[in-house]
Amino acid sequence: MKKTSRRDFLKLAGATGAGLLACGAGNALANEGLQVNNEELGMLYDATKCVGCKACMSACKRVNHDYGSLSYEKAKFDEDGLWDAPSDLSGSTRTLIKLFKESEQRWSYVKYSCMHCQKPSCVSVCPVSAMTKEKVSGIVDYNKNTCIGCRYCQIACPYNIPKFQWEKAVPQIVKCDLCKSTNLREKGISACAEVCPAGAIKFGKRKDLLDEAHQRLKDAPDKYVQHVYGEHEGGGTNHLYLASMPFNKLGLPEIKPEAPAEFSEKIQHTIYKGFIAPVALYSTLCFIAVKNMKKHESHDDDHKKGDK
Amino acid sequence: MGHSEEYQKLEGKIFTKSFFILLSVVLLGFYFVGVRYVKGIGAVSNMSDGYPWGIWITYDVATGTAIACGGYAVAILVYIRNRMQYHPMIRSAILTSMFGYGLAGFSVMVDLGRPWNAYNFFIPSKWQANSAMFEVALCVMAYSTVLILEFLPAILTSIEQSKWDRMNAIRNWLHPRFAPDKKTMEDKLEMVRLGALWLKPRLNKVLIFFIVLGITLPTMHQSSLGSLLLIASTKLHPLWHTGFLPLLFLLNCIFIGYSIAILESIISSYSFKRPFEIEELSGLASLIPFVTVIWLSVVIGDLAHRNQIAAALKGDFYSGWFMTEFVLVAGGSLILFVKKCRRSARWLFISASMIVLGGALYRFNVYLIGFNPGQGWKYFPSFAEIMITVGIVALEILGYKVFVALFPVLPNMDLHGAHKKKGHAKKHKGEQSKPLPQSEAAAH
Ligand code: SF4
Ligand code: SF4
Ligand code: SF4
Repeated sequence: MKKTSRRDFLKLAGATGAGLLACGAGNALANEGLQVNNEELGMLYDATKCVGCKACMSACKRVNHDYGSLSYEKAKFDEDGLWDAPSDLSGSTRTLIKLFKESEQRWSYVKYSCMHCQKPSCVSVCPVSAMTKEKVSGIVDYNKNTCIGCRYCQIACPYNIPKFQWEKAVPQIVKCDLCKSTNLREKGISACAEVCPAGAIKFGKRKDLLDEAHQRLKDAPDKYVQHVYGEHEGGGTNHLYLASMPFNKLGLPEIKPEAPAEFSEKIQHTIYKGFIAPVALYSTLCFIAVKNMKKHESHDDDHKKGDK
Repeated sequence: MGHSEEYQKLEGKIFTKSFFILLSVVLLGFYFVGVRYVKGIGAVSNMSDGYPWGIWITYDVATGTAIACGGYAVAILVYIRNRMQYHPMIRSAILTSMFGYGLAGFSVMVDLGRPWNAYNFFIPSKWQANSAMFEVALCVMAYSTVLILEFLPAILTSIEQSKWDRMNAIRNWLHPRFAPDKKTMEDKLEMVRLGALWLKPRLNKVLIFFIVLGITLPTMHQSSLGSLLLIASTKLHPLWHTGFLPLLFLLNCIFIGYSIAILESIISSYSFKRPFEIEELSGLASLIPFVTVIWLSVVIGDLAHRNQIAAALKGDFYSGWFMTEFVLVAGGSLILFVKKCRRSARWLFISASMIVLGGALYRFNVYLIGFNPGQGWKYFPSFAEIMITVGIVALEILGYKVFVALFPVLPNMDLHGAHKKKGHAKKHKGEQSKPLPQSEAAAH
């Protein structure tokens, strides 16, 4: 009889465990809703205004002292080190201008840099808090002095923004920090926005940027795709985009309004809330195992006397 | 408890031909590890910003630890489900787990870009409980420690009984000038022996609490290995991206664990020329289908729920890999439903291999094959990258071979042989050994 109850107990414990994991999956579907903070800092990039001069790219490398910048990199054919044309964001490139050309008439530039998400996946996954989101400004920043180089942030970022220095023995992650400790601190504006000669990059608070973006959409409805990219993508981003071509053609992925980090955190939280489940599991198992051991020991004594 | 004579050391030489072959593979792998530390990860691997996790994470960590779950799976069986007849298998299972996890930890150190910062895991202000990786890292570290503790009795026993032949041989081999004087060495060794003698009973008393910890921790981190990819909702193919990832990974490691315990026992019986432990193996094998059936139903149910059945049957690249994974696990389990197959070493070997392969493929699918970071990214491991992984696996096998020769790990053949001859009688003995056997026996 005792045995039966133990078995029932076991079943119960097993079912609770599985139930919890399954419950996590279910819970993730129920949306808690994320608080969007429109006071945070960001940028609005208008692809229709961009002239593709790449002044932002070189300004970014200048303020960040990234190697591979105009004055640092020396390609084989470029003895003087005057030429730098990275083809993608990399361990030495935080922002990049690309041209997408469908035909002679239909083309668009696009600028890549960190989106400074409202609910950043990179912050959510970093195991040692090397990626952080600043409370007031909302800037997502990276600290190489705590980073262990696990590259989970790269896996998690839906925009493929964090880049790793694969070629270095002492590598780090590189990504745009909205000039937090460089130009923004010195001049109150990001370097890329400051140098843009065409006014394609507007620096400011998210709410102002959103107002401005919607105004532009209203003023010139034919010029734009009627969508502010980043307003709702992945829970919203502080870096916003306007363009005349569909955003996925410009290499900006289609992302559902729910932040991926919300989904995963909800499941993780359901399983590990207050660490109750693991502790409960441990004590239950201890209870069972100790009981089993006792039984076994008594049998040992009965059957294997003199066995020492 | 007199468990020591349940196990025995393997007689025979350590330095065989296969030892040196394995050793050279290990050395080659370590050469590339050296290159990685001098020239950066990019110099040895094909990983990129699109595929920042390659086979080191996918195989060595995500799959390797599942394969190392033999210790976990058998421990559940022995200590929680009270099937003491499997106790003889546990030491070798724990040994493989110990190597599997230890080496997963080692490859993480190779894989991490800034490993010197890993101390941040122990600084509370840096803790980031939202991160599944934080959870995995702490659990894996704790579990590796627990595994060492669990294995300690084997080491202590052999220290206790040791006559230090090997040590003396080494001493004699050394040039007299370097060799310590015989008397002092004997004194020191005697002290070690007494220490072991003192420690063993004390350890035995608390061991069960570590053993249970050794069951709790894998439950946590194996499910978290699934949680790791939850966040990649835009990159992981919908066939695999589901909220059930943690549950699927947990079940997956349990059936891989039992299958590996079977494979391991068959392989070591074969290569060390010992009789097959068919009684235990078929018992283990009868458990596997329960777990796989749950796993398969969760997979199907979840796909149906998310309207992805069509995608699974589409016949494209992803569906091909999905079907392979699914058919391997399902096929392997089907074989195990047949009682005759469960009692044949060959069929057991085939079905267990299928299940391990399918289960491992599932993890590859989640971590690499189904992972698509966007246009223009490709990944296939480089030669050096593969050699590092192969070197690590070779080290694992090497370590296993050395350990089974040095310490009492494998089930004692004399005891075991007696069981074998008695055939049915063995089962009876097993039943008598428990106060209320009928319910356990009925579960079979
Ligand atoms: S875009 Fe990527 S790197 Fe930037 S905040 Fe969002 S998740 Fe982090
Ligand atoms: S690579 Fe560094 S910043 Fe990125 S998740 Fe890992 S520890 Fe955090
Ligand atoms: S905000 Fe600063 S760091 Fe970011 S892209 Fe612009 S210049 Fe570079």
